[in-house]
Amino acid sequence: MLIGIPKEVAAGECRVAAAPENVAKFIKLGFEVSIEAGAGQAAKFPDALYEQSGATVLSAAEVWDKADILLKIRPPQDSEVELAREGATLISLIQPAQNGDLLERLAKRGVNAIAMDAVPRISRAQSMDALSSMANIAGYRAMVEAAGEFGRFFTGQITAAGRVPPAKVLVIGAGVAGLSAIGTAVKLGAIVRAFDTRPAVKDEVGSMGAEFLELEFEEDGTGEGGYAKVMSKEFIEAEMKLFAEQAAEVDIIVTTAMIPGKKSPVLITGEMVRGMKEGSVIVDLAAEGGGNCELTRPNEKVVEHGVTILGYTDLPSRLPTQASTLYGNNLVKLLGLLGGGEEFKLDFEDEIVRGATVVRDGEITWPPPQTAAPSPPPKPKPAAVLPQEDGEAKGGSTLSGVLLGFACLLLLALGWGSGSEFLDQLTVFTLSCFVGYMVVWNVTPALHTPLMSVTNAISGIIVLGGMLFISSGNQAVQILSGVAVLIATINVAGGFLVTQRMLKMFRK
Amino acid sequence: MITLAATESAANEYQGLMAMAYLVAGLLFVLSLGGLSRQETAKRGNIYGIIGMTIAIAATLLSGITNFAWLIPLMIFGALIGMALAKRVEMTSMPELVAILHSFVGLAAVLVGLASYINHGDKAHEIVHQIEILLGVFIGGVTFTGSIVAFGKLRGSIGSKPLLLPGRHLANLVMVLACIWPLGVKFIGADGTGGLIALIIVTVISFILGVHLIMAIGGADMPVVVSMLNSYSGWAAAASGFMLDNNLLIITGALVGSSGAILSYIMCRAMNRSLANVIFGGFGTTAGTTPAGGEEQGTVTETSAEEVAGMMNDAGSVVFVPGYGMAVAQAQHVIQEISDTLRGKGVDVRFAIHPVAGRLPGHMNVLLAEARVPYDIVFEMDEINEDLPETDLVVVVGANDIVNPSALEDAGSPIAGMPVIEAWNARTVVALKRSMAAGYSGVENPLYFRDNTRMLFGDAKETLTAVSENLN
Repeated sequence: MLIGIPKEVAAGECRVAAAPENVAKFIKLGFEVSIEAGAGQAAKFPDALYEQSGATVLSAAEVWDKADILLKIRPPQDSEVELAREGATLISLIQPAQNGDLLERLAKRGVNAIAMDAVPRISRAQSMDALSSMANIAGYRAMVEAAGEFGRFFTGQITAAGRVPPAKVLVIGAGVAGLSAIGTAVKLGAIVRAFDTRPAVKDEVGSMGAEFLELEFEEDGTGEGGYAKVMSKEFIEAEMKLFAEQAAEVDIIVTTAMIPGKKSPVLITGEMVRGMKEGSVIVDLAAEGGGNCELTRPNEKVVEHGVTILGYTDLPSRLPTQASTLYGNNLVKLLGLLGGGEEFKLDFEDEIVRGATVVRDGEITWPPPQTAAPSPPPKPKPAAVLPQEDGEAKGGSTLSGVLLGFACLLLLALGWGSGSEFLDQLTVFTLSCFVGYMVVWNVTPALHTPLMSVTNAISGIIVLGGMLFISSGNQAVQILSGVAVLIATINVAGGFLVTQRMLKMFRK
Repeated sequence: MITLAATESAANEYQGLMAMAYLVAGLLFVLSLGGLSRQETAKRGNIYGIIGMTIAIAATLLSGITNFAWLIPLMIFGALIGMALAKRVEMTSMPELVAILHSFVGLAAVLVGLASYINHGDKAHEIVHQIEILLGVFIGGVTFTGSIVAFGKLRGSIGSKPLLLPGRHLANLVMVLACIWPLGVKFIGADGTGGLIALIIVTVISFILGVHLIMAIGGADMPVVVSMLNSYSGWAAAASGFMLDNNLLIITGALVGSSGAILSYIMCRAMNRSLANVIFGGFGTTAGTTPAGGEEQGTVTETSAEEVAGMMNDAGSVVFVPGYGMAVAQAQHVIQEISDTLRGKGVDVRFAIHPVAGRLPGHMNVLLAEARVPYDIVFEMDEINEDLPETDLVVVVGANDIVNPSALEDAGSPIAGMPVIEAWNARTVVALKRSMAAGYSGVENPLYFRDNTRMLFGDAKETLTAVSENLN
């Protein structure tokens, strides 16, 4: 099977469907690879590198004419569909929901089509999820673009010349792009807050080092396939109020709320933009669907009320080397799933293949039959690192075992020659030591001082000793025991009272 | 039960009742200690202790005491003194109070021992009984003077530097041996009260030994010393119990003794030292004169109260690490104010307590509680260390050795291996300090020279008050 990688024809597109390292992997899978001359130029991959990886460099017409499988990033333009050979398979982003007529043209032409953006969002397909790959890049680039427009440091610093406050960043939507933006901003040193309608992402946001903003409003926005669903009117009102408050406070806003195939919801109104500080930056990752900000103009940078609003829709293409490599990796996984070069087949038994294939044998197979995809479960927290029992501890336990045995022998020896009264007392004593040992280990360290003062008080029990001798006929004994009673009572009263005083102070 | 010949018949009727009363009291004491396992049950625990003590004393009062005219005024007077002490003590002076109370138990044990011998009840001359008296007096004596010295050191009326006499280990050993032979042997062998002279000499020796032992221990080891003396006071009470055949004294003494022993162990572990090392080691003398570790110390970066306030404002999370310096400066209240302000702004404020911070186990917790810091934001070292890398700002208030990175990084350091609060892992550290003097251990603290550390010099209370004013 021959793979053909044509150059992207869309204006300004810098990516290419596969990097040289991906080409090597295609060949390993049993494919032959041809690439249009100059296809990787904009992504900093010269033809020579592809040739080194085993690809043949051909002209555009040759690639389209000969290849069995065509790899692209952008949806094919009409002219490209015309170039494709009947029976070939085209793999690219297609946006089947919006591009119905493209599907028809492909079907009419007899070209099979697999839409990388229709790969089901299930865990097995994660390695082929090009949307996630691109969203990750977009999120990163969004923050870099914002940093480029922003006039200050992101990180707070204490410099010799004075203190610099950190930038405050709000990220709306904690999907792949949002999380990537959060991570980038956190790494740049900003204070990052994030909002999402799905409570399940709270932990993820926290683990990236951002604060998760919450509404005092109960509604779970988790929809099908890991996307957020449309929320109730009340929820949206509460949400808008939160955004207005945050807008006045933060320096950077990145919005990522896209609803697949629909117009993006307006989350940042013109009024909110007016409330933002001069020099603030908004990056609207939903610009393609019209934008989350009212003032966004797709593909443009505008400045409104002193706020720079970036509506770029080509953020992944602004990082072409990275984007091409990751997209190529996704293709490698997908082509592996499709059977490699020897057994290449569009097997509709496979949920991923079925979901992603939009045209087969002249028939439009999109949308695929509904199968309920579970939403991704919240990631399990990493297990707490358990303190390792080291050899010393083990040695300690054998040592204490020896000691215990020794103590037992000692007790037996004592029992040999002593009166029963003493032995009774020894029993009481030993048991009490053990009880004390067990009980005191449970005392929380925060209460060690009260523990000391209360044991102080109860060791004043020695007052009983004095009391027992106070009625003696001997004057000296009376005086000795009297003093003992006096000071032991000080202990009892003082100890308990001061403990009570301390414990009253402990409060939540 | 020991009963005096004159009161024997009266006591007999109460014997069974008393035994049960003592059992109940003993159980209540166990419950009392058990209650302290959590803040929620602690107050109830203390009440159990009070009830137990009341029952024990009431039962004893009914056991055939005739000399009420002498006893009752003494008890009332003692109670009044105790209440006055407890009411007036500053929370920063808790260690002193605890120490002096220990000494009372020790002295009472000595007196009860002497009284018991002079009174020579029916079995005063059994060997076992005499050993018990000797032991009770000896432990009581060491506890008594040892606690007084500890009290003096904690108050500062005795210098906190360890006093290290030449040949002190030998001197200690000779004193202990002398109490066994010839004094102990002579005491046990004597008829009637003929051993009294020997017993008094043993008492004096135990007093000297107590002074000598504790003089040799430095101020910052006081948490260990105080808990050790706590333990001794328990053993002294237990020995008196054996001597008097009083089970309640034995039970209580054993409880207190093991409690103190556990506390000493916990404190020692927190310093990575053995009990023997604390008592006999004379820490801080070998390394005290020359800063250990050949590390380049570099320069410290000083900061101002305004800047610290700004850092706090910008931080998402702040952890305070209080040490003895906070107690000395009485800075806990202003720290609480700062913590309240920050928490009001949504900053995550927490406190990290090292087990040996301060001069008494749990001392910092009590001071913070006094300042009304809620106990659920106060964490132990082990609970918080792993969170520190994600913490924006750590504020070290008057602590030194317990945040010293050389404990983990410099195997040659005198404090190597001691678990410490890893403050340096935080993004920024502010250390409040009077001057650049080394800590108790005499070890230089590389923390102060780190890139992410800022020093705020001055009295902790004053500088923090300035920070607090700048927060708004």
